[in-house]
Amino acid sequence: MQEKHRFTWPHKDLLDVSQLSLDEVNHLLDTGEQFHEINRRPVKKVPTLKGKSVVLFFAEPSTRTKTSFDVAGKRLSADTFALTKSGSSITKGETLKDTALTLQAMNPDVIVIRHWSSGAAQYLAERLDCAIVNAGDGWHAHPTQALLDAFSLRNHWGRSFAGKTVLILGDILHSRVARSNVQLLTKLGASVRLCAPHTLLPAGVHNWPVTVHTSLDQAVQGADAVMCLRLQLERQQAGLLPDLSEYATTYCLTARHMAMANPGALVLHPGPMNRGLEIASELADRPESLVLEQVASGVAVRMAILFLHATRKDGGTK
Amino acid sequence: MSSPLIIRNALYLGQAVDIAVRGGVVESVTPHEAARRSFPADTAVHEAQGLKIFPSFADCHVHLREPGYEYKEDIESGLRAAAHGGFGAVMAMANTNPVNDNASVTQSMLAKARATWPHGPRLFPVGAATVGLEGKQLAPMAELAAAGCAAISNDGRPVGGAELFRRCMEYARTCGLIVIDHCEDPTLAKDTHMNEGETSGRIGVKGQSVVAESVQAARDILLAEYLQIPVHLAHISCKQSVDLIRWAKERGVPVTAETCPHYLLLNDTELVNYSPMAKVNPPLRTPADVAAMRQALADGTIDILVTDHAPHAEHEKECTLDEAPNGISGLDSAVPLTWTLVRDGVLSEHDFIRRWCHAPAEIFNLPVNRFAPGDPADFFLFDPEERWVLTPDAMHSKGKNTPFLGRMLTGRVKAHWLGGVRVV
Repeated sequence: MQEKHRFTWPHKDLLDVSQLSLDEVNHLLDTGEQFHEINRRPVKKVPTLKGKSVVLFFAEPSTRTKTSFDVAGKRLSADTFALTKSGSSITKGETLKDTALTLQAMNPDVIVIRHWSSGAAQYLAERLDCAIVNAGDGWHAHPTQALLDAFSLRNHWGRSFAGKTVLILGDILHSRVARSNVQLLTKLGASVRLCAPHTLLPAGVHNWPVTVHTSLDQAVQGADAVMCLRLQLERQQAGLLPDLSEYATTYCLTARHMAMANPGALVLHPGPMNRGLEIASELADRPESLVLEQVASGVAVRMAILFLHATRKDGGTK
Repeated sequence: MSSPLIIRNALYLGQAVDIAVRGGVVESVTPHEAARRSFPADTAVHEAQGLKIFPSFADCHVHLREPGYEYKEDIESGLRAAAHGGFGAVMAMANTNPVNDNASVTQSMLAKARATWPHGPRLFPVGAATVGLEGKQLAPMAELAAAGCAAISNDGRPVGGAELFRRCMEYARTCGLIVIDHCEDPTLAKDTHMNEGETSGRIGVKGQSVVAESVQAARDILLAEYLQIPVHLAHISCKQSVDLIRWAKERGVPVTAETCPHYLLLNDTELVNYSPMAKVNPPLRTPADVAAMRQALADGTIDILVTDHAPHAEHEKECTLDEAPNGISGLDSAVPLTWTLVRDGVLSEHDFIRRWCHAPAEIFNLPVNRFAPGDPADFFLFDPEERWVLTPDAMHSKGKNTPFLGRMLTGRVKAHWLGGVRVV
């Protein structure tokens, strides 16, 4: 990245998409597009963040998000260090505060954190000087997933989402992906619908800027995109569902449902997918499915996020 | 025995009075300077200079953490906070380690209180309703009563089974004690960290519904009516519960109830930034619940104010919301905080005193000062206009865990006498 940006990135941390203005979202996604091009080159590495260090602090299991950030950092020539719950002193009873202070003492430029506690990223952001990027905290927020979802949709729809309807389907209650996507998609101008059984809807959801459905047949009609959410299989044990086969019968997205959506409607899934439970297997592999495109978008968007936050103190230029 | 004492020119319910104390009890209360009388040469005279005088308040719901958790609070430090807060009596819940479910624990608590604060504040232990607070077997309530417990409660680990709770009420009645119930259905409240509602849904935190409280309040009310045995409902927090209590009182059911300053002053938006300081059980509710609580306190549906003083060590609240323990350290700030209700016109000064002093004494048979000759000379002077910031240094409890830290309070306890002896 050689050109000077329009403005210095104003945020020390990325905790939730609610903190971003529409201009900032577009700036971030535009930056991601430039990095997307790098990912298609035969040599996918630039010296943009040479000398910068990024800690990947994943207290909760993750394959794709952690790998995506790792790849993003390495393609920008940052040094990336992984720290997992099992490999950290958290298992020895160390508090998040002490882990954070230990990490801070190593003077990284960015800490990417995934944690089981809602608010954990904010907790670190309030205490540490380096940039904190939220890679998922509890049920609260997953801003980078929402940004990469928007990035993928933008590739098909262009910059304005006005007139588009996105259905988010599945376990809304426990989904940080849903919360962040509701905020971002509505900010971009889309209409958002949610669909789940009552046991998987959050309190107060009827006051969100969405329409809420419990019937998938109704919810999917006229949708331009359907975003399936992963169902954690322990929800049945928690008494929220009678059994998984009944859930699949009622809420698994199938080709029959997509026939009721608008022509060319897109299908998204943050992964990992439970095929046949949340999404019919053949649907996941059809051209309308953006599942793999989301993964590619994720690297580009996370490159943009790391770039903007790691270079903020340098004036946002390289 | 304390020396004779005169408190001159104090304001009691709007009247300037002089209060004479002799032998640890109130001797007379007369209009200021209305009658000059002779007192012995060793009489101490304290100029109140127009400060308000209140009978010492009773806090019927505190956690003093001793035995077992002295790093959070001990009986000496808890009573110190009580003394400075204007409280002459505190009732300490049984969730200590070991649990206060036998006479030896009760007796050791009382011995420590007498040793550290011989003139008071007085400690009234609350015995466990079930052995180990485990909700399986009735605690030896006769033994606990004989040792000095003032009530029975499984506070913190409420009895979920209706049959066992019925037996707790019946057996406590046999022992001359009243049961205080922490109204919470354990299944509805499991693993929750704040009120269930708009805020919890938005910030992604598992919430506790108001029904978790009110369904158990309803159970207790129906049992109290059926058995005709009084029950006291602890730290009520929501509109649903006060609606049920109001209905019960209209039917003549022997039920009394308490609430805490935080349920009258704060709502669940305090948690929007995941603040562990505002994490309490039951959780802070909605603004509509706060309004209902204020109304219920004003009309007497809620009988008494308590702090639910729950001190914790600093490091225990230095964590994420879901990992933080419940509780607010309340003894130091409760009186100024609830004085806001008088300033706001929610309570008259008379009702303020009643909710903090006379009504608790009636429910739990505590000593009380009504400023009649012979009453215990337990009172404190209060400056209703002093503005001060609640800082950790200004708190006498070991627990500095309160969402009111850094806030400007209006009104402050200036001096406190118990049995005619100045303790603050």
